[in-house]
Formats: sequence, C-alpha cells, structure tokens
Amino acid sequence: MNAFVPDFPIARHLPSKSPRWSLLGALLITALVQTQVQAQSQAQADDSLYQAIGGQAGIARVTADFVPRLRADPRIGEFFKETKLSELQKQLTDQLCVVSGGPCVYEGSNMKDAHADMKIRKADFNALVEVLQQSMDAQGIPFNVQNRLLARLAPMHRDVINAP
Amino acid sequence: MPLRSFRLFRPLPSFRTSPRQLVVGGLTALLCTAASAQLSVAGGNGKLLLTGGISSIDGAAGGGLTPWAVTGSYATTGQFGASAYITRLGTRDYSFTGYGVAASWDDRLEVSLARQDFDTGDRIAPLGFDGLRLKQTIVGLKWRIAGDAVLDADTWMPAVAVGLVHKQLDTVDAFKDVLSSLGAKDHGTDVYLSATKLLLAPGVLINGTLRATRANQNGLLGFGSTEHDRYRLQPELSLAYLVSKQLAFGAEYRFKPDNLNPSPFGDGLKEDDWKDLFVVWAPSKNLSFTAAYADLGKIVPALAPKRQRGAYLSAQGAF
Repeated sequence: MNAFVPDFPIARHLPSKSPRWSLLGALLITALVQTQVQAQSQAQADDSLYQAIGGQAGIARVTADFVPRLRADPRIGEFFKETKLSELQKQLTDQLCVVSGGPCVYEGSNMKDAHADMKIRKADFNALVEVLQQSMDAQGIPFNVQNRLLARLAPMHRDVINAP
Repeated sequence: MPLRSFRLFRPLPSFRTSPRQLVVGGLTALLCTAASAQLSVAGGNGKLLLTGGISSIDGAAGGGLTPWAVTGSYATTGQFGASAYITRLGTRDYSFTGYGVAASWDDRLEVSLARQDFDTGDRIAPLGFDGLRLKQTIVGLKWRIAGDAVLDADTWMPAVAVGLVHKQLDTVDAFKDVLSSLGAKDHGTDVYLSATKLLLAPGVLINGTLRATRANQNGLLGFGSTEHDRYRLQPELSLAYLVSKQLAFGAEYRFKPDNLNPSPFGDGLKEDDWKDLFVVWAPSKNLSFTAAYADLGKIVPALAPKRQRGAYLSAQGAF
C-alpha cells in the first residue's frame, strides 16, 4: 500500500555496520584524493604535461605520426581529403603545445569554425581520439600522460561535434 | 481404435514460451540483428574502449553488481548496438549462472533481458528442497537523461540515467508456499538512478546508484515480506581504475535490504550487502572478460552459516 515510502538505509546501517562504512569511506577518499591531485595540477597551469610528452620534440613526433595515420583511417580519413596535411600538422603541433602548457602560440582558427563545413558526429570524434591514442602509443607516451592530455582535449567535443 | 481417437483428440502442443525460451529466442534474434547491422551499416562501434561498462548480473550495463549510467555495447550517438554475456559465480555453498542480452540506441536507451539460475545444491535440503534452483527472468530498461561520462572532462557533471528492472521468479509449487508463508511475492520491480563519471586525467571511474527495491537477495528469495513490505532506498558504489585502454580494476559495494529478518525462521534468512573486487580486460570492442572476487555475505544463514565468497567470471560480446 505505502510501498513507495522510502527507508534510508544509511541511518540503519551506520551504528552496527561500521566495517562496511570504512570500506566505502576508503573508496571515496581514494577518489577524492585522486581528483584533488588532478585539480591542483591543472590549477597551477604548469608545463608538467608538456614536459611529460617530451616537450616540443615529443609533440612534433606525435603529430608527425598522427596526421598520416588520420588521413589513412578508414572511418575518418575522408574528412582530410582536401586538407593540406603539412599545415594541419603544424597547427596541431602548436595546439597540443598550448593545451599541454607549453610556450607556444596557436594561430589556427577556433574549433567551431575549423569544423563548420564538415559533419562531425560523436563517433567521428571518438575515432579521432582512438587514432591519437594509437599515435601516442606508437611514440611511447605513457598511458597516464595520454589521459592527462585527452582530458584537456575532450571538452572540445562541444565545438567539434556538429551532427547527430 | 481407441488409441487412435485418443491421439486425434490430444491437444496440440502448447506454444506458451518459457522464460528460458524467451531469452534464448531474444538472444538469437539480437545476434542476428547485430550481425546484419554489422554487415549493412558497420555501425555501433563509435564509443571508446570499455566506456560501455560490462554486463551486470541483472543484465543492465554497469559494473558486475550494479548498473551504471552508460549503455551497453559500443553504439554512440545515432547508432544501434547489442551485447550478450554469460556470468558464473561459485561460492562456498552455492553456484550462480546468469546470461542475457542488451540492446542500446543512441547511447541513450538500453533494453536488457537476463536470466539467473541460483543453484542451492544440497544446502536447503533440510527444508525439503534438495537441489533447489532459484531462477528468475529480468527485463531492464535504462534511459540516460543527461551528461556524458567520458568527454565532459572539464566539469563535474556525470552521466545520469534512470532505469528499472522487472524481475519474475520461476517457482516450483512447494517453494511458492514458502514464499507466501514469508509474505514475499514472486515478482518485483526495482527503480534506480545512476550517476557515472570518468575522471579522465587520473583514469578513475566513479559510479553511484540509488535503487528503490523490495527484493530479497536480489529477488531470488522473492520480494518483500510480512514484516517489511516497503520499498527501500539502497546506495551502490563502484570505483574503477584504468590501467590501460584495455584493462581496469576496481571495487563495488552494494547495500541490500534485509526484509526477511526477522521471519518465521528468526534471523535465519538475514541477508548481507554484496561487494567485489574486479579486473576487466577488453582485448577488443567485441569482447571483454571480467574476473572478480565477490563476497555475497551470508545467504540463508540458518542452513549455510558461513559467508558466501568466491570467484566471479564473466564474458561479454558486443556487436
């Protein structure tokens, strides 16, 4: 009858089942500490990520691997059919340098304008992420460094994805 | 002559489908659909590796014990996808087999169908149920209502989903009597809200689920009881760490109600929370394997007084 009246198990569990709460607490604390570390590293706007990728030379190696790989990708290679690949590579190098905290200036157009005349779906965006991961793997960038860079690039999905 | 007329008037074989047939039929249909979809549009592959979670024991995508705000398969926006899984869990006194299928659309909507078979072995033979197997069929529906668990890496906004799972126990007649003596029903529906966030930079996934439920031991011992028939809100927490694109490990904790305590058996049907430590390996988008160490607490402690811990193994195919 009053079947939907909820009962809060937190109150019921708290006094008698403390070992469970210590596990739960440990899990939460681990998560919070992790994100705290992440927040601090971003707040200081340092160049540690830029350095971790290998500075200008490291980024240049990644983009030199990435651009031909992108063009050859069966899913999204067609998007770059008309693109001047050497120009794309230069702009990507500058962009990754800026995004990772390096001492560069990105002079290319913003992400929204750059993709305005293409229909980019979420699947295309994720395919590009996968190709970038392949390039970073190939250039020996450690997984945790890759993720720090991807975390700064991923929010660009709001400007890049423009088709359902 | 009498024999012939008997045959003539014998009723046609019944076409009423059992839940098992339903699941097997559904699985076949989905596999065929997925196979043809793969051939015709080659779609449903647009999500990043492991970002569809695995198949939970109730069939919905998530961790092993709890649903997450992700949809199964690798279908992203505008795509269809499907997945199928089988899970085995052996504990000190019991063994559990689960299998099922899920289909998702637009990384938004997920429909799942699962079948569970809990083998009590000889544990509850003293009650006259030697070799009793508790089986149930579970239909799930999940709708991601907001957020993106992966790409919104600069905000705290998680993916958020609402879902329901409807469970129907198969019951042999004698066990039906036990259920009714406890005041438990043979079917029930859980409703849940899940929030999932991948903290991309550190590679940590957090999920919190709040479930409104009346299920006893996930429904395997029915739903509600004479003493406790209300829905209760139960939190569930999952934490996972990505070691590589293909490998993650983590832990889960799922609170459960304790409706059958007390019962006519005193505290003999008391139930505990569930937890596990897991490792997931996805060699490709089509295949993932999960190994876990699960602790289901005590299950029918009147007859099986030790905690039920053991290995959980699951394989999932996604199409």
